[in-house]
Amino acid sequence: MRRILDVDPVNQRITVEPGVTNAAVSRAVAEHNLYYAPDPSSQIVCSIGGNVAENSGGAHCLKYGFTTNHVLSCELVLPDGDVVEVGGPTLDPPGYDLRGLLIGSEGTLGVVTKVTLRLLRRPEAVHTLVADFDSPASAGDAVSAIIAAGIVPAAVEMMDNLAIRASEEDAAAGFTIDAGAALIVELDGPGAECDTAFAETVALCQEAGATAIRIADDPEERALIWRGRKAAFAAMGRLAPDYLVQDGVIPRTRLGECLARIAEMAAKAQLRVANVFHAGDGNLHPLVLFDSTRPGESERAESLSTRIAELCVAFGGSLSGEHGIGADKACSMPKMFGAEDLAVMDRVRAAFDPEGRCNPDKVLPTPRLCGERPGPYRQHPLEAAGVIERM
Amino acid sequence: MDRELIDDCVHCGFCLPACPTYDLWGEEMDSPRGRIHLMSTALDGDAPIDATWVGHLDACLGCMACVSACPSGVKYDQLIESARATIERDYRRPWRDRVFRSMIFHAFPGRRRLRVAAVFGLLYQRLGLARLIRNGRVRDRLPARLRSLESVMPPMTVKAVVRRTPSRTPAEGARRRRVAFLTGCVQEVFFGDVNDATVRVLAAEGCEVVAPVSQGCCGALELHGGRERSALERARAVVDVFARLDVDAIVVNAAGCGSAMKDYGRLLADDPRYAERAAAFASKVRDVTEVLAELEPRRRYGSLDLAVAYHDACHLTHAQRVRSAPRSVLARIPGVELRPILDDGLCCGSAGIYNLVEPEAAGELGRRKAEALRATEADVVVTTNPGCALQIGRELDIPVLHPVQLLARALDSP
Repeated sequence: MRRILDVDPVNQRITVEPGVTNAAVSRAVAEHNLYYAPDPSSQIVCSIGGNVAENSGGAHCLKYGFTTNHVLSCELVLPDGDVVEVGGPTLDPPGYDLRGLLIGSEGTLGVVTKVTLRLLRRPEAVHTLVADFDSPASAGDAVSAIIAAGIVPAAVEMMDNLAIRASEEDAAAGFTIDAGAALIVELDGPGAECDTAFAETVALCQEAGATAIRIADDPEERALIWRGRKAAFAAMGRLAPDYLVQDGVIPRTRLGECLARIAEMAAKAQLRVANVFHAGDGNLHPLVLFDSTRPGESERAESLSTRIAELCVAFGGSLSGEHGIGADKACSMPKMFGAEDLAVMDRVRAAFDPEGRCNPDKVLPTPRLCGERPGPYRQHPLEAAGVIERM
Repeated sequence: MDRELIDDCVHCGFCLPACPTYDLWGEEMDSPRGRIHLMSTALDGDAPIDATWVGHLDACLGCMACVSACPSGVKYDQLIESARATIERDYRRPWRDRVFRSMIFHAFPGRRRLRVAAVFGLLYQRLGLARLIRNGRVRDRLPARLRSLESVMPPMTVKAVVRRTPSRTPAEGARRRRVAFLTGCVQEVFFGDVNDATVRVLAAEGCEVVAPVSQGCCGALELHGGRERSALERARAVVDVFARLDVDAIVVNAAGCGSAMKDYGRLLADDPRYAERAAAFASKVRDVTEVLAELEPRRRYGSLDLAVAYHDACHLTHAQRVRSAPRSVLARIPGVELRPILDDGLCCGSAGIYNLVEPEAAGELGRRKAEALRATEADVVVTTNPGCALQIGRELDIPVLHPVQLLARALDSP
């Protein structure tokens, strides 16, 4: 399922099988000066099928929206074997928005076998800067100032010092190694508008206390900066043998406060936490670093990671911005939703999949799952006792 | 297989799009991440080293594109090398496989044996046997591996059997560098013109070139094929021959050889008799294009009106991380237009002995590469490894040359 089935540059649409990677879509239509806007950091390897299941975002979803804003229709195999099409060629087909329901359902409603995506024309101008700050909090102030000024950047990304270090070891994109935080701001759009807004953005960063500002207007340098940012997760292997990626959303204005709390919790758990942040929309990606060979450290890391996600809810945010709930955070769902909410979700799910065939135990908490802790494989007590064995 | 090296992998999957076999089959077990997982399970004793396990590791080309792609700096090159050594030590291959592999490892390393092979090749091609086999549909009935061996066989000449690189060539004009030259086995016997051009261009740019007569095989093929012990023996012999020379650099023009030689320091680190000399040797090894790129050109290169597709040999671009030097020396030639190859730089399928032992996958990759090369509409393909040249050459009608051959031509051009 890795084929591109149809490219329609005039109507700015492409139909692909779900195994096609996100980056391959943009590559396939580059010759028409088109691209596919959602750009998860893993875009070179993540598939469109996965993007649909998770409603993936990415650095540029601040301005352009998530996967759900870019999918016209999907072919879906229902749990009973029926093949149906949800959505259609137009932007707003009448009736219930089943397409919207499907996107982000984490494979619980059926199996997607074909997807038609919207394509955008490449913007006329793109401007990118990297601003260094003493701390994530002051970088956060700059973000608030930019957005308050009415500017809608294509992307606003923040990395804390630990994330900068990991990324630099890999990509050597030229981030300042001892900066407290690096803010990447990208503006795109019509040339004149983009120029004016960019000048204003530079001034706002300076006012917010930027210690250095680097402007990357040559496409190669810009690509290098993005490579550095997008490899930040994957480069964590340079700082620790294992890590957990967390994904939560907080109100942007409470960033400083939230990061301080995370730092406190990390210190208490004796673990390091690196932070990569889609700062424009408050989507936080704390990476909990640990070493699974040290006894007890995996459990401490998992517990810290879960508490960080729940902290996001307590700050008035969300358990997940774009990675979904899966098995990992199903047990935290009651922290965000009441019993009635969960019951409604369960009924929706049952309407598609009454027998629970599709991705059972994901998204919604079930008693069995909460009795057992999700996460990487660990020996079950009965296995240790020799009563059962692992398949 | 070292646990610590395995644990460097954080399973992010950034290597997947870089991996040729993952691109071919889309199977996790045939990706670098999957292979590292296989190594891990074998190390833990959770999976036996059986035909399935070995099959997925044998299918790896060793192109090291994943090493370039990995954000976490996983040393897959060392991992696959040790996994291959583990296979050769602990796994008994089926007898046909054993015979075929041992035939390859007996023929290739060493110029003397290759020359003997070349005599047979010459007879085979000249006596019309080749035509008989190709036309008489005998080839189609040969096992895939023999068919592949037959099809990558370069055209044999009498010159191939007899020619030698001169042991010393003086610099033209004032001497800028004194370099030793590892002439290679396949390169020396089947690509004598490349060695001639290498010496010629180096000398023209003010290098005195010393090519010790007693030099042997560098061991790269065996090293990349898991035959560690004999590879190390060859490495020691090469160090013995070259370490006593007073030279600024040790030049090599075959990417596969260069990548092994640059690694001698690590490979012989545990041998107290050799560790120090091997490290000193390795630090001097340069691809010929690196040496030329470092030297401000002294000679005038005449114009060659050519569109050139430069194919990155994996062992140069990924294993040695040499990307700009060959391009910059080619750009010195007026009239040469470099055309990009739009295929994400996937391996051509040659990969040492890979096209002989895994002919199906290699054939498919070769055809894809040829298609991408044809799309450039270039007049000539240029690459820095004899294996790539043979693999690509059998698919294309246009010449496949080494960068130094173009430079040598440009020296003669008005």
